[in-house]
Amino acid sequence: MSYLVIIIAAILANNIIFMQFLGICPFLGVSKKISTAVGMTGAVAFVMVLATIVTYLIQKSVLDPLGLGVLQTISFILVIASLVQLVEIVLKKVSPALYQALGVFLPLITTNCAILGVALLTIQYEYNLLEGVVFAFASAIGFGLAISLFAGLREHLDLVNIPKGMKGTPIALIVAGILAMAFMGFTGLV
Amino acid sequence: MSQLSNFSKGFIKENPVFILLLGMCPTLGVTSSAINGLGMGLATTFVLVMANIVVSMVKNVIPDKVRIPSFIVIIATFVTIVQLLMEGFLPALFESLGLFIPLIVVNCVVLGRAEAFASKNNVVSSIFDGLGMGLGFSFALTLLGAVRELLGSGKLFGFSIYPENYGMLLFVLAPGAFIVLGYLIAIIKKLNKA
Repeated sequence: MSYLVIIIAAILANNIIFMQFLGICPFLGVSKKISTAVGMTGAVAFVMVLATIVTYLIQKSVLDPLGLGVLQTISFILVIASLVQLVEIVLKKVSPALYQALGVFLPLITTNCAILGVALLTIQYEYNLLEGVVFAFASAIGFGLAISLFAGLREHLDLVNIPKGMKGTPIALIVAGILAMAFMGFTGLV
Repeated sequence: MSQLSNFSKGFIKENPVFILLLGMCPTLGVTSSAINGLGMGLATTFVLVMANIVVSMVKNVIPDKVRIPSFIVIIATFVTIVQLLMEGFLPALFESLGLFIPLIVVNCVVLGRAEAFASKNNVVSSIFDGLGMGLGFSFALTLLGAVRELLGSGKLFGFSIYPENYGMLLFVLAPGAFIVLGYLIAIIKKLNKA
């Protein structure tokens, strides 16, 4: 399978937020400003690629040879949780500037289903390691695209005159629905 | 009295989906029909109750610092149990829920209740809390699934209500999930205020 197809599919046609419904919590939670949305995307991209590599290696070199497929969920989530901790500690020491930018978002990532979802999908689609990395990175870009588009719209939403009951989450969800409709147009691409 | 309020707060007043906005991914992802919503809701309820029981039993043994990882391991254990049981006994439902079964692990509702309630309360209250929250979650998912199924394909729990070609396919597809949930939250907000 060509890498270009994986990239286009992950960013547009099968967008992780609008088509697969993974990572909706951060999508609704941190999308009030573009700057936080970008920070979150950076953290997600970083952890997603790392987590995919590590979980892939665990699946292929530990779980598969020993026939322990049942333990997939437990081992993956443990690896992701400890990986996030590790990344946090290392970043704090090595690159304080980057830690400043991403720090707040890192703990939130443990319970971001996009990370575990992409790790599981990489195994399910039977990608090899390089394809998995490309897929994870492209998914993160898709996540970033969706969340920044949405954050941009939401900054304007605060100023719009809408019925009182619809203010806040309801109107944000409906806007997300319309965005998802736009993304449906990409379905034929792949 | 307090057990009853532990149980009933999950339905409307602190409904995890409509009010707390937790567990959005499965809420939007699996509710293309009422049956799927109900199945997902009950699976989550099981995990929630069992995790609450175990967490409230071991809460004094676990050091505070490794609390969250230990909770995650407990939750993941029960998710694996659900996954295996469902694959064995309800293969059709397992197929249609797909990826979202292992993803119960990262459902914020489950971890949230373990952390906010079960780690501070006794076993009995934790059971009621888990049951109430879980059924509230199931209620929300089933309602969302039923509305989408009815509008999208003219069916309710698989029974035809009106001819399928009058349905709006959009509501079964991804955008419909966001739009229906948006309107449902607006309605619930209105009801809560009144």
